[in-house]
Amino acid sequence: MLSDRTGRLFALGLVAPALLVILGVVAYPLVDSINLSFTNAALKKTYDFVGLANYEKIFSGNFASVIVRTFVWTFFSVALKMLIGTAGAVLLNAAVPGRALFRILTMPPWIMPIAIGIFMWGWMYNGQFGMISGLLQNAGITQGPLALLSRGETAFWATIVTDVWVGVPMVTIYFLAAIQAIPRDLYEAAWVDGANRGMRFRRITFPLMVPSALTMSMLSLIFTFNSFDIIWILTQGGPSGDTTTMIIDTYRTAIGSYKYGEGAARAVLICFFLSLFSLAYFRVVSRLNRGERL
Amino acid sequence: MNDKPLIDRYRPWEVALIYAGIAVFLFFVLSPFIEGFLVSLKPLERLFSTPYSFWPEVASFDAYVRMWTTVPDLPRYIFNSIFLASVITIGVLILVVPAAYAFARFDFPGRGVMLGLFLAVNMFSGAVLLIPLYRLMKAFGLLSTYWAMIVPGIAFLIPTAIWLLRTYMLRIPRELDEAAWVDGASRFYTMRRVIIPIAMPGISVVGITTFIGAYAQQFIFALTFNSKSEFMPLPVGLFGFFGRQEVVWNELMAACFVGVLPVMVMIILFQRYLVAGLTAGAIKQ
Repeated sequence: MLSDRTGRLFALGLVAPALLVILGVVAYPLVDSINLSFTNAALKKTYDFVGLANYEKIFSGNFASVIVRTFVWTFFSVALKMLIGTAGAVLLNAAVPGRALFRILTMPPWIMPIAIGIFMWGWMYNGQFGMISGLLQNAGITQGPLALLSRGETAFWATIVTDVWVGVPMVTIYFLAAIQAIPRDLYEAAWVDGANRGMRFRRITFPLMVPSALTMSMLSLIFTFNSFDIIWILTQGGPSGDTTTMIIDTYRTAIGSYKYGEGAARAVLICFFLSLFSLAYFRVVSRLNRGERL
Repeated sequence: MNDKPLIDRYRPWEVALIYAGIAVFLFFVLSPFIEGFLVSLKPLERLFSTPYSFWPEVASFDAYVRMWTTVPDLPRYIFNSIFLASVITIGVLILVVPAAYAFARFDFPGRGVMLGLFLAVNMFSGAVLLIPLYRLMKAFGLLSTYWAMIVPGIAFLIPTAIWLLRTYMLRIPRELDEAAWVDGASRFYTMRRVIIPIAMPGISVVGITTFIGAYAQQFIFALTFNSKSEFMPLPVGLFGFFGRQEVVWNELMAACFVGVLPVMVMIILFQRYLVAGLTAGAIKQ
């Protein structure tokens, strides 16, 4: 029934609609991107094949530094998400009164429109009157307004902090679920043998969380690399390009300046890096599924 | 009084440390909301004055009244956000339930390749494919319609949904399908009357996960593919605040809170499903 001829046709029929949507809305645009990246497509109706010109232009420009910046930004953002997420999960797992409420209070940044949360951060970072600058001034730590988003260095970190804020709830809840899936007997046996809490974390919780942590950090890497809303709303890539990541640069080139061809070449490079990450992700996942040690 | 198992008992200083840690953690997560709410209560001239004061000296709900005239389309934005997320969720479920069933049960040529293809979609965000998508929408005349946000919204949420639901359906015993088959039920009938009802808890989880995805990520497609105010979802509608001479922060914050409130309440009520969805998505089944 399940794999005879009509069964196979039936199954193909069930998959076909979803497959067609993906082919039309994701696969075709991907091919179109690659196609466009070799042309000088812009606002006008017709365009010509220009070979590798767009790619040459990219690498003679400042795109190399954009790539480096994207990697640094992504690295710190993912690392902080994992670190804070682990701490949050361990804390929320502790058997103290109120933890059900604390878990719910962790969720808001995750379940609301990302952009809305970023509007709030926009105010927090406001140099004249925002909370961070205000509190620091009141405490006498800084003199005068601290315009976090108008200085390159601070804008870079401010966008990372907001990205971490958006990502942390999901990572925390995911890690919490991973901790709760660890059999309780293990802890009890260790406890009977006299292992204290710190030791139980090092010897049980931590090693058993490694697979989930790896899976999550790979996924997080892919999401973070694609992060657009946060930087676009807070700085639009500024000041003077200091928060311009590959995605922001692509958006600027293609949608802002209507240089579709040059934008597509940038997009193709992003896709190239994303495929590398995904390849690594699939390897990790399939190894974990086979129960191999990494 | 203390009936906790011994292993869960903490010394007082440990409890204090845990609460201190939780307080710091929750402060990081919630401070924008606290500050945002306090800002929504402050009159604008107080907001733009130094020295900074965390607590409003004069608190009023004026902003919550005035925002409806500053942003006349606000009810429309709130509606659009919920409407778009709902339509996308329904669309995803219609496409994904049969597909997940096929992947969970049947052997068919190209099965592995297709499953891989669906997973690969996960790595691209809409932002990367914006240019060709824009051209596609333009070619079909969909720019500045609801469709321009619905179609890509659905496409990018399909993969995760298939993955989650397939995992769930793999746990339903095959004997059920076979029993129905022996009793003379057609394949379609088996899916509709046997499998889908049993998979309902899994479908709910996928539904709510998809809804949140569709609700939380409303920005880039709406920003790029739509220019009509009447179709804008909340985030893009409120983004307009930044285009004015001076950002009316207190009203913007008020509009943010009122705008997300209905969905927040709903999601908090369903949060159990949310966590279940995330856990099922864990790669190990």
